[in-house]
Amino acid sequence: MPEFGPNQFVFLLHGAVWTIALSVLSLVIGAVFAFVVALCRISGSRTVRAISAIYVQAIQGTPLMVLMLISYFGLNILGVDVPALVGATIAMTLYVSAFLGEVWRGSLLSIPRTQWEASECLGHSRAARMRHIILPQAVKISIPPTVTFMVQIVKNTSLASIIGFVELTQAGKLVNNSTFQPFVCFLCVAALYFAVCYPISLWGRHLEKQYNVVR
Amino acid sequence: MAYEFDFSFLADHWPRLLQGLWLTLAMSGLSTVLGFLIGVTGAIASRYGSPAARRVAYVYVEVVRNTPLLVQVFLLYFGLSSIGLRLPVFATAVIALSINIGAYSTEIIRAGIESIAPGQIEAAECLGMSQSQIILRIVLQPALERVFPALTSQYVLLMLATSVTSQISAEELTGIGNLIQSETFRSFEVYGIVALCYIALSLVVRAGLFGFGLLAFPRRRRLGTDL
Amino acid sequence: MLSAETGTTTPGTIVSLRGVHKSFGDVEVLRGLDLDVRMGEVIALLGRSGSGKSTALRCINGLEKIQRGTITVCGHEVARMGRDLRPLRKDVGIVFQSYNLFPHLTVEQNVTISPKLVKGVDAKTASLLAADTLARVGLLDKRDAYPEQLSGGQQQRVAIARALAMEPKVMLFDEVTSALDPELTGEVLRAMERLARDGMTMIVVTHEVAFARKVADRVVFMYRGQIRETGPASLLDTPQTDELKQFLEHDL
Repeated sequence: MPEFGPNQFVFLLHGAVWTIALSVLSLVIGAVFAFVVALCRISGSRTVRAISAIYVQAIQGTPLMVLMLISYFGLNILGVDVPALVGATIAMTLYVSAFLGEVWRGSLLSIPRTQWEASECLGHSRAARMRHIILPQAVKISIPPTVTFMVQIVKNTSLASIIGFVELTQAGKLVNNSTFQPFVCFLCVAALYFAVCYPISLWGRHLEKQYNVVR
Repeated sequence: MAYEFDFSFLADHWPRLLQGLWLTLAMSGLSTVLGFLIGVTGAIASRYGSPAARRVAYVYVEVVRNTPLLVQVFLLYFGLSSIGLRLPVFATAVIALSINIGAYSTEIIRAGIESIAPGQIEAAECLGMSQSQIILRIVLQPALERVFPALTSQYVLLMLATSVTSQISAEELTGIGNLIQSETFRSFEVYGIVALCYIALSLVVRAGLFGFGLLAFPRRRRLGTDL
Repeated sequence: MLSAETGTTTPGTIVSLRGVHKSFGDVEVLRGLDLDVRMGEVIALLGRSGSGKSTALRCINGLEKIQRGTITVCGHEVARMGRDLRPLRKDVGIVFQSYNLFPHLTVEQNVTISPKLVKGVDAKTASLLAADTLARVGLLDKRDAYPEQLSGGQQQRVAIARALAMEPKVMLFDEVTSALDPELTGEVLRAMERLARDGMTMIVVTHEVAFARKVADRVVFMYRGQIRETGPASLLDTPQTDELKQFLEHDL
């Protein structure tokens, strides 16, 4: 039986790289959908608002783990034999779109009503108002909570392990299965997650403070 | 390829799903209560404790919040058994979940404590209250009232997060789903039903906590507003 | 009722309100408001808080939907316009109590953005337009500043310039000096006075009785959602109704 050594650690590092890759992929693709969700949630149309609210409610009410299983097996029954990375990315995208979408909706709504009104009174179209008046202000507000949310994304990619995607957690499981040294192995896994997440947390907190001072 | 949906497994397996649902509720309820107690303790320690206590609270919160719950669960489950300590799966799950939610509760409640105006504490001191009276009656109560919505969201997330304990073969909702799936191979349908159960549970838990908030915080009930 | 505005609209009328009713829930804020404003006229709308004067102003440019009556502004019938009120907004400028400048834009950008977006004016023309309107409010030297670098009075003058840059036919002023320190109100009122001299049609909701006396062609005193008394500025020296008498006594 192999001991936990440098080889095992390097294997974990490889897993960590995939964790970061999946995180970046989820953030980038998820952000696009999150933006759409945020806009739909404050749409002028009651129907669009209702549908997007139900969507958010459904995704936020389902464990990400179950989303992973559904998207993975769902693709399989469609007859598409997809790599676990694709299944995981789809589930993460759903997850990010709902949660980050709500964060961004909050940012949009935190722009005072008077700004929307002033823009409206100057005759700006809805699109122009969003693009030139509301978004530039809302983006600034949304940066700190978005950075903080990135920590959630990184941590939650660990759930991709259940559909067999070899990211950091799955790598940890594999190493543990071969070495039977769970303490060392999972402590290393946890330490690697911490090494990625803690700086992001600090960064997010720093941005939040900065923002509060400016305000 | 045409796929035929088949929900007939429900006829045989619904009692097991109900059992899983019940275990999910029990697990999250217990962890919520324990985690809340940890949170109150941690928040008071990190605000009023000795420098050492503050440091411990800080490290606890940061370590838990910056590592995945799944890894925490594995560490506890496999770690404990490797040193010969064999706890039932349910106990291990509740311990891991409580430690996890305790850290989030600490952070939220601490923010609530910090939002209490210093004038409140000065007023209480001038009225001759003791330090512990001030913390409990003047600071903690309104602080909890203020952060209750944030706690509610966190506890709903915890309920959903109990699904990761299926990975140490706890037979809660997701675990049961896995079992049924492996027997019937109707994966999509099984997890679809499981998802619906969670959505329903999340609505129930949210409503329950909202009701609890009305009972616990009469001011909120009377004013009908968030504070 | 001393307000005698009934019947058909006289020529030269640019804003016309007929039997306007507006409620917020159970609270009836406007109860049958009639008002005609002629081209080039300066109207001072006076009244206690809650008398409905600000609501009337917000109804005129469609920020609030009315329940009954008609509002016609520059040929647009406001209640019938549906959701796209932009043709109306091109003709009507409004200045708010809280300035509502866009904090992420410089003074010049605040002024130029609407002509560019709404009228398709090119950057160079918009810049000239900004120079002209900012000069009219005496703030040409602040064109590169951000709103938060300006005093309240300066911000409010930028807001006036921002509205002017759309070349509106009517300007609405909603208690524009109420949020300002007393020593800053003068500069804003002078900018408005100059605008009035230039012939702009203005409806001014204000607490400044002295300003009304000096600049307004007509004073309209509102009481409980209706016009209680109206007439030339000299009305303020010879109030006919008890309500206006009381209002003037309390306010002076």
